[in-house]
Amino acid sequence: MGKLYDELCKDYRFREGLKTCINCGTCTAICPAAEFYKYDPRKIVDTVQRKDEAEIEALLKSDTIWYCGECMSCVTRCPRKNGPGLVIMALRNLSAKLGYFTCSEKGRQLWPLTKQLTGNILHFGYCVHPSTFDPDDHPESGPVSRWVIEHKEDVYARLGANYQGKGPGVLRRIPQEDLDELQAIFDVTGGTERIQAVEKASREKAAEMGMDFDEYTKYTFEHCSPGHFNNE
Amino acid sequence: MIYQGKQKIWSDYQKEIPDDHYFYVRSCIRQNFFPASEKYFLAICRDLLGRDIFETEHHTTCAGIAYHSDTIPQETAMTVVARQFALMTEAGYDNLVTSCITSFGNYCEILETWREFPELEAKIREDLWKACRREFKKPQYVAHASDLMYKLRGEIAERAKFRLVSRATGEPLRIVEHIGCHYSKMFPHKGVGGAEYPCVLSGMAEAWGGQVIDYPERRHCCGYGFRQYHVKANRGYSLSNTHKKFESMEPFHPDMIITNCPGCPYFLDRWQYVISEQTGKTYGPNGHGIPALTYEELAGLVLGYDPWDLGLQIHQVGPEPLLDKIGIPYDPARKYLGLNEKDILKPGLPTVLKCC
Repeated sequence: MGKLYDELCKDYRFREGLKTCINCGTCTAICPAAEFYKYDPRKIVDTVQRKDEAEIEALLKSDTIWYCGECMSCVTRCPRKNGPGLVIMALRNLSAKLGYFTCSEKGRQLWPLTKQLTGNILHFGYCVHPSTFDPDDHPESGPVSRWVIEHKEDVYARLGANYQGKGPGVLRRIPQEDLDELQAIFDVTGGTERIQAVEKASREKAAEMGMDFDEYTKYTFEHCSPGHFNNE
Repeated sequence: MIYQGKQKIWSDYQKEIPDDHYFYVRSCIRQNFFPASEKYFLAICRDLLGRDIFETEHHTTCAGIAYHSDTIPQETAMTVVARQFALMTEAGYDNLVTSCITSFGNYCEILETWREFPELEAKIREDLWKACRREFKKPQYVAHASDLMYKLRGEIAERAKFRLVSRATGEPLRIVEHIGCHYSKMFPHKGVGGAEYPCVLSGMAEAWGGQVIDYPERRHCCGYGFRQYHVKANRGYSLSNTHKKFESMEPFHPDMIITNCPGCPYFLDRWQYVISEQTGKTYGPNGHGIPALTYEELAGLVLGYDPWDLGLQIHQVGPEPLLDKIGIPYDPARKYLGLNEKDILKPGLPTVLKCC
């Protein structure tokens, strides 16, 4: 067995998600991502099952593994109780760990995502927070969301939230001692190391692409090249 | 009791939901986009119906969105959740109720993984101790907030001021439900009705007078997809999946959509706005959209709470045609007022979608 396959086997999600795939393609038939992206979970599971190191490395460096939405519709339908979505999570985890994610456009999006979500968790205690929700980054959220964000203190007060307040309630300020505990959890469990590794690999890629890091962050968040979709 | 035939099959999809005494954990997305729904979950279940539901200010995100966006290792997500369990243990509770489907899926996944791999649970206990000096008991029961409201649907019906019927014809409203992928696709036995016969929301809608309509893409994902929404370049995925659902439900002329997940009502609401801007198409009558409500918003309307107290003004699809159809009174002049009638201006209007 190869080194990459061995690494995948250490991931509990991989052990749960891949038992004996019979290549029936039910996962692909039900998959919301396969309908729109050039994506076929059956082929991914088949590739991993073959245990071919070169093929697994190519997968870890590809756009393909980043098309899944992790809805886990495949888990419900698989007649052998596999979870292709779980296999994807293990592949993404290894790609992030090894820095291979910077080899693909969809993989490079891991940096703006990491910055946004882990930043919100460690600064506010929430994955999403009104103070970092920029309506210009979310034109789809409509005029009503722009109004909510522009008047957030008033709107949240009107709707009974405890925005930035002490004590329990909706959108309360989470006490610093609890944020310190979250930071300690990240430090102890590899979360902090992962953020640093993703940032380091992304900075190196930005330099290779001739971009400063802010420009790289914005570009990877916004840019979509042609060729990802089935109808292209 | 011995079940036979269909009864036996159906019994596999039932779920015993404790009646009382819950430790409550909130949802990141719902607090941002549907703050009044969380307020009214407590107002209805705790204050009106007298259940014991405890909240501490010290709980945090479960980190589920970051986990499913692949930005943190599994051990990090598990230890954040272990800390929530520790807070529950310290508060003296055994049942946990979460306001979020992503969290619910996350809690179920973690408990099932620990059951299968006890050495991982032991490692997480060690990590939590190192990081926070905390210990925990696992919850005896994990409920989603809608499970509890489903359990209490009869008590809500007894107090109803309005029923989900057309005031003009007396016919039941045509309701589409969307339970959200992580409620039961990963662990069907954890959801009421499983993934095949979802009834946590349809049970509420029917108890309150509505008629649930089936349609081909009823179980299809709303399109959130975590990184497929949070990264601007990927949102075509999210839009395309919602569009598929709306095209599928359109021939059935639903009056409204009732949703389970934090993200689903947001996407089923906002993507209607985007589809209307991009193509000129709207899915409701006369240029309106189809309102997508949370179960607390629907329960609140049935119980006679003011629609603007419930937060229906921060949906992009206007709820007025639905309110008119049921006969629920509202004051259009108060729709966008702040606390104590403060003038906080009004949102701009979409180009196509009628909003009032």
